[in-house]
Amino acid sequence: MIEVKRIYLDHAATTPADPQVVEAMQPYFSRRYGNPSSLHTLGAEAQEGLQKSREQVAQMLGTEPQCIVFTGSGTESDNLAIKGLAWHKKRGHVITSGIEHPAVLETCRHLEKNGFSVTYLPVDSQGLVNPEHVAQAIREDTILVSVMHANNEIGTIQPVKEIAAISHEHQVPVHTDAVQSVGKVPFTVDDLGVDLLSLSAHKIYGPKGVGALYVREGLKLQPLLHGGGHEKGLRSSTENVPGIVGLGTACELAGQRRDRDISHMRRLRDKLIAGALEIPRAYLNGHLQKRLPNNAHLRFTAIEGESLLLSLDEKGVAASTGSACSSKKLQASHVLLAMGLTEVEAHGSLRLTLGRGTTEEEIDYVLDILPPIVEKLRKMSPLWEA
Amino acid sequence: MSLYSEKVMEHFRNPRNMGEIEDADGVGTVGNPVCGDLMTIYITVKDDRLEDIKFKTFGCAAAIATSSMITEMAKGMQLEEALRISRDDVAQGLEGLPPIKMHCSNLAAEALHKAIEDYRSRQ
Ligand code: FES
Repeated sequence: MIEVKRIYLDHAATTPADPQVVEAMQPYFSRRYGNPSSLHTLGAEAQEGLQKSREQVAQMLGTEPQCIVFTGSGTESDNLAIKGLAWHKKRGHVITSGIEHPAVLETCRHLEKNGFSVTYLPVDSQGLVNPEHVAQAIREDTILVSVMHANNEIGTIQPVKEIAAISHEHQVPVHTDAVQSVGKVPFTVDDLGVDLLSLSAHKIYGPKGVGALYVREGLKLQPLLHGGGHEKGLRSSTENVPGIVGLGTACELAGQRRDRDISHMRRLRDKLIAGALEIPRAYLNGHLQKRLPNNAHLRFTAIEGESLLLSLDEKGVAASTGSACSSKKLQASHVLLAMGLTEVEAHGSLRLTLGRGTTEEEIDYVLDILPPIVEKLRKMSPLWEA
Repeated sequence: MSLYSEKVMEHFRNPRNMGEIEDADGVGTVGNPVCGDLMTIYITVKDDRLEDIKFKTFGCAAAIATSSMITEMAKGMQLEEALRISRDDVAQGLEGLPPIKMHCSNLAAEALHKAIEDYRSRQ
C-alpha cells in the first residue's frame, strides 16, 4: 500500500496529547507513584500533584480549587452532576435539550425510569435552544436545568448565560456540559453563571480517562461511587494521579493558548467552509457565527456519509458523519433530526473539526480532494439529478 | 479501516457496472427499511440471459460493494440462476460483511429480483 498522509480533522472526537502534557505526567507513573492518601513523603508528592492540577483547572475556569472534583471522564462528570443532584433531591423535574450528548440524554432517560420527569427542549433549525422555552418549562418542582455549552456535532454555542439567568430567577441550579467549548470559547464559570460544569481532558490535548466537574460551593450532590471518601466524598476511588496531572497541564495550556488557537482555527475553518460550499448543493449545518471556531459541519445532497468518510480516509483524511449507516444503532444523528433535517439529508453530513496543529496545507489538500469524491459518489447515487 | 474486508473496499473503490441503462428491459428499486438507503438495478435481457446489468446506490460502502458484487456475479446468468443469488452469496463473494451491515446485502439481492420481475411483467 502506498503511504498516504494523515490529516486529522476529528478533534471533536479526541485530540492528541500535547508533548508538555505527556512530560508533566511522566514522573507520576513510576517515580512519584505514591497514593495521595498516604501520609509518607511519596503520598505527599502525589497529593501535591493533585493540588497543583486542581489549581490549574480552577484558574482556567475562573474559580477556586475547592470547587473542582476530578472524575474519570466527561461522561462521568455529566452523570455525577445530574444524578448526583437528582438522588440528593429524591424527586422532581429536570429540563434539558434534545441535542445533548448521550452522556446527558441517557442519564435523563434513566432519571425518567426512576420517577423523575424530564422536559427535552426543542432547538431551532440552526440547533439553538431558545431561553424563552426554558422559562416556559420551569415548574414548581424543577430541580435542574442542563444545557450543553457547545454541541459536539454541529458546534453550535448555546445561550447558557441567558438560560442560567432565567433559571436562577426561579432558584433552579444549572449544569452545562462544556466538554467541547473549553479552550475554544473564552468563558469563566461566573460569566456563564452555571452551578455545575463538566469538562474532559482528552478533548483539550490531555490524556483519555480523566475529567472534572465544577461544583459551585454549597451545592449538594449525592456521590455515585461510595468508598474511601476521596474528592470530599463525591468520588471515592484512588485518584488517577498521572491523568489528573495531565488534565491540569492541559488546562493551563488551553488557557495560555486559547486566543491564538481560536484565531488560527477560525481562519482555516472559514476557508474550509467557503471552499466546501463551492460544491453544488453543499450546505452548512448549524449556526454560522454562534459556533465553535474549529467546527465545519457540512451536508451534501444525495450522498451517504459513511461512503464519504471512507473515501476521505482512503486519502488520509479523518472525519466524522451523522449518517444512520455509520451509527451503531443505524439511526441518523438525533442532533440533525432535532434541527429538522430529514433522514436523507442527515445521511450526507460530514463533520470536520480542526485542531491547534491543523495547517493551511492540510485544508488546501482537503479542498482539493473533496469535490471529486463528492462527484464520484453522486454519480453512483440514484438520488442525484445532475 | 478495519470494518470491511479488503474485497469490500476494493469493490467500493472501483465499483463494477455502475450507472444507468437507458432502455433497460427491467428496473428494480428498493429502499433499505433499516437506514433509509436506496438502490436501483437496471437489466437488459437476451435469450433469457442477463445481457447487461448496471446499478446506482445511495448508501454505505457495504451497500455500494454489494451492488457492484451482485452485478458482477449476475452478468451473463440465466434469469432463473440469477434469481437464486442470495444475500449470503453476495456477502461470501465479498469475503464477509460485518454483522451490522448484512442488511445492506439484502438490498442488492432484492433489487435484482425486482428488476427481473419487472422484465417478466413487461413480456
Ligand atoms: S446502506 Fe445504510 S448501512 Fe448500509
